[in-house]
Amino acid sequence: MASFKPTKIPIYPKLGEKVTPDTLYWKNYKAPVQIKEFGAVTSIDFSPLAPHNYAVTASTRIHIYGPFSQEPVKTFTRFKDTAYSGKFRSDGQLLVAGCEDSVVRLFDVSGKVALRVFKGHTKGVHVTDFTSDCYHILTGSDDYTCRLWDIPNSTELTSYKEHTDYIRCGTTSKLNRDIFITGSYDHTLRVFDARVEKSVMTMDHSQPVESVLLYPSEGLLVSSGGRYVKVWDLLKGGQPLVSLKNHHKTVTCLGLSSNGQRLLSASLDRHVKIYNTTNYKVVHNFDYAASILSLALAPDDESIVVGMTNGVLSIKHRKSPEEKQEVAGKQRVRPVYRVFVKGRNYVPKKDDFFVSKPVKSHLAKYDKQLKRFNISKALDTALENRKPDITVAVMKELDRRGTLKNALAGRDEQNLSQLLNFLIGNVVDPRFTPVLVTATEMILDIYQAVVGQSSVVDRQLVRLQELVEREIDYQQDLLEVLGMLDTLFATSLPRKEVILKTSCILSINLHLVRNSFILYL
Amino acid sequence: MVAHAEIRVVHRGGSKINFREPVITNDSRFLLCASGESVKVYSSSSEECVHDLQGHTDLVSGIARNPSNHLQVYSCSADGTVRLWDFTDGILIKTFIIGYPIYSIYVSEKHGGVVFVVVPMANDKSSELFQLVAVHLPRSGDQEVEARELSAVLCDVSPSPGAASFGREGEYVAAAKGLQLEVFFFKKQKPYRFFLKPGIKKGSKNAFTCVSCHPKEDCIATGHADGKIRLWRNFNQKKEYTYSTLHWHHGAVNTLQFTPEGTNLLSGGIESVLVQWRYTQENQKDFLPRLGAAITHIAVSPDGSLFCTSHSDNKITIIQSCVKVSAIIQGLVKSEGVRTDLMIDPRSKALVLNGKPGHLQFYSLHRDKQLYNLDIVQQEYINEEGLDQFEVVKAAFDAHGDWLATVEERRQKGSELEINLKLWAYDEQTQSFVLNTTVTAPHEDQITAMCFSPSPETTMLVTISFDGHFKAWLLGASWSCDFVGGYHLLKPGCCCFSADGSLLAVGFQEVVTVWSPSSWELLTTLSQPPGAIRDLCFGRLSCSKYLLGTSTKNQLCCWNILTCSLEWSTPMDVSLLQADPLSENIAAFCSQSGCSDLFVFKPGEPRPLYSQRALCTGKVQHAIFAPRDQMLESCEEHAQWLNRSQLYFLTQHMDLMTFSTKTEEDRLLASSKRLMVDNSVAVTPFYLLLGKHRLQQQQQQQEALTNPMAERIQLPQGSIAIKELLYTPAHVLPSASFLCSMFVRSLLISSSSARPEFNPEHPVQELELCRPPHTGRVRIPILVYYRLHTIYSSPHTI
Repeated sequence: MASFKPTKIPIYPKLGEKVTPDTLYWKNYKAPVQIKEFGAVTSIDFSPLAPHNYAVTASTRIHIYGPFSQEPVKTFTRFKDTAYSGKFRSDGQLLVAGCEDSVVRLFDVSGKVALRVFKGHTKGVHVTDFTSDCYHILTGSDDYTCRLWDIPNSTELTSYKEHTDYIRCGTTSKLNRDIFITGSYDHTLRVFDARVEKSVMTMDHSQPVESVLLYPSEGLLVSSGGRYVKVWDLLKGGQPLVSLKNHHKTVTCLGLSSNGQRLLSASLDRHVKIYNTTNYKVVHNFDYAASILSLALAPDDESIVVGMTNGVLSIKHRKSPEEKQEVAGKQRVRPVYRVFVKGRNYVPKKDDFFVSKPVKSHLAKYDKQLKRFNISKALDTALENRKPDITVAVMKELDRRGTLKNALAGRDEQNLSQLLNFLIGNVVDPRFTPVLVTATEMILDIYQAVVGQSSVVDRQLVRLQELVEREIDYQQDLLEVLGMLDTLFATSLPRKEVILKTSCILSINLHLVRNSFILYL
Repeated sequence: MVAHAEIRVVHRGGSKINFREPVITNDSRFLLCASGESVKVYSSSSEECVHDLQGHTDLVSGIARNPSNHLQVYSCSADGTVRLWDFTDGILIKTFIIGYPIYSIYVSEKHGGVVFVVVPMANDKSSELFQLVAVHLPRSGDQEVEARELSAVLCDVSPSPGAASFGREGEYVAAAKGLQLEVFFFKKQKPYRFFLKPGIKKGSKNAFTCVSCHPKEDCIATGHADGKIRLWRNFNQKKEYTYSTLHWHHGAVNTLQFTPEGTNLLSGGIESVLVQWRYTQENQKDFLPRLGAAITHIAVSPDGSLFCTSHSDNKITIIQSCVKVSAIIQGLVKSEGVRTDLMIDPRSKALVLNGKPGHLQFYSLHRDKQLYNLDIVQQEYINEEGLDQFEVVKAAFDAHGDWLATVEERRQKGSELEINLKLWAYDEQTQSFVLNTTVTAPHEDQITAMCFSPSPETTMLVTISFDGHFKAWLLGASWSCDFVGGYHLLKPGCCCFSADGSLLAVGFQEVVTVWSPSSWELLTTLSQPPGAIRDLCFGRLSCSKYLLGTSTKNQLCCWNILTCSLEWSTPMDVSLLQADPLSENIAAFCSQSGCSDLFVFKPGEPRPLYSQRALCTGKVQHAIFAPRDQMLESCEEHAQWLNRSQLYFLTQHMDLMTFSTKTEEDRLLASSKRLMVDNSVAVTPFYLLLGKHRLQQQQQQQEALTNPMAERIQLPQGSIAIKELLYTPAHVLPSASFLCSMFVRSLLISSSSARPEFNPEHPVQELELCRPPHTGRVRIPILVYYRLHTIYSSPHTI
């Protein structure tokens, strides 16, 4: 008694998607962990210190999460209004955050109450950052000003009022304590030097600037605003280098992978795109469920944290090879029942005789139904399947068994419309056409008599007809093009070959030439 | 023509084993089946052929156990004889000459000394009418006896052995033919006939196909062509008979069988499902599905523990009580056409051809046994008539047997031709071929030929198709198409690589094109009109400069590739050209006036090495040179071509034939004699210890029987057992209590008649004999061993 041979699902060559080192690297993340916050997540910042906790600013709170915890390890709630831009200092001890109530608060990471409170802005503060010497704070506000504050005596050092719209992004130089950059809704990016009264460089992004990012070398500056991501060369006096337009909604956040080789951009269109920083081509793409407001990468790309407008924080951790093994091992020894554990851990000795248990083969649901010759049910199951190649393989198998007609017959309106939907979706796919054309013909044969009884089915049949007609026209066009190309190739062949191929080929060529002339005329 | 008396055309292997119902012996250890002109005895556990009972001169048409002796069987044949065999030793005991071709045989315990056979109606031998006759076997000591005492039982019966059955204790016999069931009661000497109405719509769809009688009750089960089974009762009256109908099969019921106790009814048909019906509770059924091919016969062992089913693909399946398939005896599968042609696997030297649907079979010619089946299509086979299935149409091995290429196709009415080219790599670990690459739709039309390049550097496959192209597939990191070639859009028919793989010849109708596989340049074209090229073949070794071609207009041409000119040509209707891979020889099969002739020649020489006219009737389409595992040392000039390899060919009737020389036959005979050792005894530790003594004793006993002068009492000290006992060190001897019994026995005066310790029917005596006299304690384990041993090594009790 041979065992049942399951339906063979043919493997079709995948078109378009290539496996590159990048796709392998960026696909090597586990399924995301999702945490619901109280409001839209506006900012995420990783601590530079070892466990690499991260601060998530959402609504009136800042939560600090550990690298693997799903509960916040610490929460700062002393905000009167929506908090913005929770940022760690480079030693990971202090945290600064702006607020809609125009007050900037400085926290000790281990404490609860604000250490310092900086008052002076007149509107909400969306941008805060520490300077590289750790003694000053940069803030940017909706009152069009950006200011520098001294931490020890909590006084305002300087104020710049050059922007003419809200300042929504900014960053400080990590190499020079006096340099910082701000981006504003007035479409400009300005580079300031604290030693000078005025901005030293101005760049026009020509869209409200949402995010700025400095390369670790600080020779290049990346800004995003509108649908554009622009790269500026600071060493050449702010010359635009590249303008990228890969998103179809506003790009809200930028990030850099830990080795500086890949640039990430997150957008309201729910995508995160990853660019190669040498040629600025998109090498990978992540999809998320909602519009993305903030994005951060852990050091060494250990995790990707994304905050969304619906308040969901999504964390993807990198798969580690030893972890994979550990998971597998865990599954193996997990005692489902005590009975099953018995003898499981027994290690066979050298001269033991192995008696293998017959391996039970698991069949897919449609295969089980095919085994029992339940052909209609098998087709139903296959239609429920999302993958069209499986559905088509089952149809092909039914056709081989000579029972496809029986399986297609006897369907009610709902069932039939499901079937027609599938056909409309896939009949012109060159991989499936041979099978589906047979099935379509059978359906037309069977349900010819009931045409006109259901408006839904009729509409679908008309759509199917249009689709097939369009495809035929398309194929005809393609054949014509092919004929033209053949003519061109034939004329460009070396003379010797033409002699070899005698009159027969020549006459065909002539025929083709005539055809193409007719086409041209 | 020279007469070659030494070279004969012989059948070698691959005979049908599913022709008639197999017979299981009483102890379920052997299975007997009719196989061509002989009866084969298979071991039911090891699937090995133990004996080949040869003696019939025509097709064996039936086997039946001798009801009076469970170690003997009757076999009947179309040569008009019934033979009685001892199957454990493979000895022909008696031959009864009936004088008419026999189509089937039945025996019944109640009718001692009588066998029932189906023979043609006596008055007209060529008639289609058959009768069931009882033959009284004369009791005579001669080897050959004429049994002329025939008495007709039933007239006009079907010649199929399943169409008649003996009822409860042989009181009646039921036979069916067409739409009529006839029951003959021996006591009343009266037949009853029952008729079925022909189906109204479907004509004679409900004709009887098989009959089986319940062994304990008055009940006859009949199978019908429409898939129904009818259970007939009360059939000893003309009027008040009743029948009930069971219906599960959708095709005809091929065979029916009651189990010996009558508790179950087994049925089988084209669905290849063994159905077990509970007697009296017919709605309860058990199924054993997917047995591989349509069931043609079912046999049940006398104790009911083993079933075996014969299948249409020349297979016998042994089933343990409808639960588990325990063994499969597979013969050479011969479907309607060998579409793949014959091939030799370079590794196993097995003959390869398409077997079961969708499979490629590897058949060992030396052992006459199927090695394995390779599933090419890998799809569930649906046993239903009228379905278009995938068929393996082409296959090719590369020179070392590392790669196998197969082409499967399925043509369905009204839809496109589906072709798959599959490439299989040999896996050293599993010792079989593993699917490596599948190319769907490699060509737009049927692939007509395919061959691997023999060059050792590259692995290249060339496929040739009716779409006017040939394609070269090259193995790089993976398989890819290297070149697509054509010639004036002509349809190519055949292709051949030269022996070193540097040239490829493709026949495009009348023109032979020669290509260089390294640059894919068309080197030259050769043609010798008229007639399209049918077959191409390069010479080997010293003749590799010659290219041979045959055309449809009865021309055999030989071109010299070096000069690109025709060397010679001769008018011959060559149907097949086959080159010997190990020598320069080429075999050409020609068909002339309905017969096939064979010529063996070297391309360089005009004189054939060997020729044989009228080889067989019909065209020979498939032949192959199989390399010998041991070279023959034949000095005769005309037999030298058989020294390195052996030529096998398939006749039109799908018989596998070969050529055999005298020296080879002598060697075969010698080896078969060596095989006569009784290897059916189970090898237990006890046997290893004492089996050899017993053999010697048996021989001595036989000597004593044949030679009355040798019949004298042996002195105890002369016994080998005693000698061994005295001269072996004590620590390697079995326990004294056990040896004691042997010692005591050796002192007894042995009678020349049946020795009690060899008779398995007297185990009680054994017990007493084995009891050690000095302890009075019975050593149970040894006793058990001993009893087992005596039972296993029980000699025939004639």
